[in-house]
Amino acid sequence: MFKVKSCQLIACAFACVLLSTQLVAAEWSGYVAGEYRVFTQSPLDVKQQENSNLAFAAEPEFYHSWNDDKDSLLFTSFFRWDEHDEERSHVDIRELIWTHVAYDWELKLGVGKVFWGVTESQHLVDIINQSDLVENIDGEDKLGQPMVNLTLIKDWGVVELFVLPGFRERTFAGDSGRFRSIPAVDDHTEYESAAKDKRVDLAVRWTQTFDDWDVGLSHFYGTSREPRLIPSMPPNGLVLTPFYDVIHQTGIDVQATLDEWLWKLEVIHRSGQGETFNALTGGFEYTFVGVMDSNADLGVIAEYLYDDRDDSALVAFDNDLFVGARLAMNDAASSELLFGIISDIKTNARFYSIEASRRVGESWVLSVEGRFISNVESNKPLFTVHHDDVIQLELARHF
Amino acid sequence: MKKLGLLFLVLCSAFAYAQTPEEKGLEIAVKADKRDNGFGDVASKMTMTLKNANGDESVREMRSKTLEMTGDGDKGLTIFDKPADIKGTAFLSFTHILDADDQWLYLPALKRVKRISSKNKSGPFMGSEFAFEDLSSREVEKYSYLYIKDEPVNGEDAFVIEVRPKYKYSGYTRSVVWISKEKYQPLKIVYYDRKNSLLKTMSVSDYQQYLGQYWRPNVMVMTNHQTKKETRLDFSDYQFKTGLTKRDFDKSSLKRAR
Repeated sequence: MFKVKSCQLIACAFACVLLSTQLVAAEWSGYVAGEYRVFTQSPLDVKQQENSNLAFAAEPEFYHSWNDDKDSLLFTSFFRWDEHDEERSHVDIRELIWTHVAYDWELKLGVGKVFWGVTESQHLVDIINQSDLVENIDGEDKLGQPMVNLTLIKDWGVVELFVLPGFRERTFAGDSGRFRSIPAVDDHTEYESAAKDKRVDLAVRWTQTFDDWDVGLSHFYGTSREPRLIPSMPPNGLVLTPFYDVIHQTGIDVQATLDEWLWKLEVIHRSGQGETFNALTGGFEYTFVGVMDSNADLGVIAEYLYDDRDDSALVAFDNDLFVGARLAMNDAASSELLFGIISDIKTNARFYSIEASRRVGESWVLSVEGRFISNVESNKPLFTVHHDDVIQLELARHF
Repeated sequence: MKKLGLLFLVLCSAFAYAQTPEEKGLEIAVKADKRDNGFGDVASKMTMTLKNANGDESVREMRSKTLEMTGDGDKGLTIFDKPADIKGTAFLSFTHILDADDQWLYLPALKRVKRISSKNKSGPFMGSEFAFEDLSSREVEKYSYLYIKDEPVNGEDAFVIEVRPKYKYSGYTRSVVWISKEKYQPLKIVYYDRKNSLLKTMSVSDYQQYLGQYWRPNVMVMTNHQTKKETRLDFSDYQFKTGLTKRDFDKSSLKRAR
């Protein structure tokens, strides 16, 4: 049932060692969660599961520090069991990383997770980690990435240097899963690099704060995290084969924080993956503090999403507008609501998303998510998931 | 010469007598600030107990570090330990005297550092009855002052001064502060909302002196008179001059705060 790879076996072995040694300074935390999804329409492909789906997840985390906190070890593993989709049932090392901190530099060694960027509707600049797409189609869940990361902290900015040995394939839903292409993505993968998933990728990023402005400039040279999906015909029928090109990607991210206005911009320039292209996400978030004489804050978000690739079949958001609202109740239960619509300016295709959560008692969190798609044309990437409107309930116990 | 000296003394006492309530209020604030100067850095643990009108309780635990800055507001880092779902979340702030503060929030699940708007001064801290501005560094220049009277709090002699925020986005028109004559620290603060209605009362108690100079409370209780909710903040493990530097208060340290 589970797809277990050698690195995952190492993770499990490591977890067992940690458990058995019962280190006194060991600090465990994490969560276990149950998830129930209801799909409001029948699937497009008969092989896909019907209307509801049960899943469980666990993410235990171990942290230990020594040498006056100058050295630390963080180990975060992830387990998912899914009722129908054998590809979604999986195990991953999210992080297994040693950090050493000196006065003006830091060194990280191991499997890590890194986030770059500022915008809300999509994350163009963020490129170090592969998306764990079977977890959630929003792409916010990431697979652990092997890395050596040296960070230099200087008055003129922070420079992060990355050497990334080894590549993680994007996860895709299996035959019986929802949220997938039709035909499904094959297990077989192809690479531009002869080293395949053993290629060593490189990245560098500089960030600096100038008063109200936070600026980042980055470059990545390596295997694209985003594959091209090439139709192919193995003996058992038509499939899509992921093809990972070697790319150069330069990224800029800027945020200006001017009182209640947050102005955000991310731009990328990518070459090596078919035609050279540019993409952009830019907009603002405006916060009404203490809305209607309450304790609640209401943030209104608007972002424009653009991609100049000619072949629009590749790009979900090529000329789209995102409008959203974030309501934070600031209450004891930390109740929150995030609502957004991404709509294509030309075709009127719409992607609706709603996320709400609140704490129940001291250690439970109840969350609801909804995703709905309307008016998608048959030649667009979102077409094959346009029957996958979903309402998801999750109850998590944190420890 | 002697006559001149005498005249000088008489003039001085006349000036002292003629000190306006504004001048006296400011003098108390300046003295309180001076008494607390030079603490360098301080770390402490906090337990926050929220109680609603029905008496239901919920608990937050966090640790905070503060770096004293001269000529600017202090830098602060707060790391949340409980409730478990926000464990590892951390909050970095560079307070400024009159300019808007700089604030960053670290979200551990996404590994994301977010610069956030500091307009939320009046907003509740962690769903409690404390607002962000109640817990941020109190720079002298942030307020105007008015001395009202002397009045003891639980038998401890205190000055009573009225304090009005000069910075933008405060949730208060004014607050009335009882400052201990011995410690030059607040014993009680009564807050009035933007409509100048009675909003909250904070009682500060169980002061202890550190390094022979710096007084810090062990307990703060904030009572909201409008909602009948109450938040108790217990401090422990105060540590002064642990050698923290500005490097302990930047975005890189925010990302690995534990």
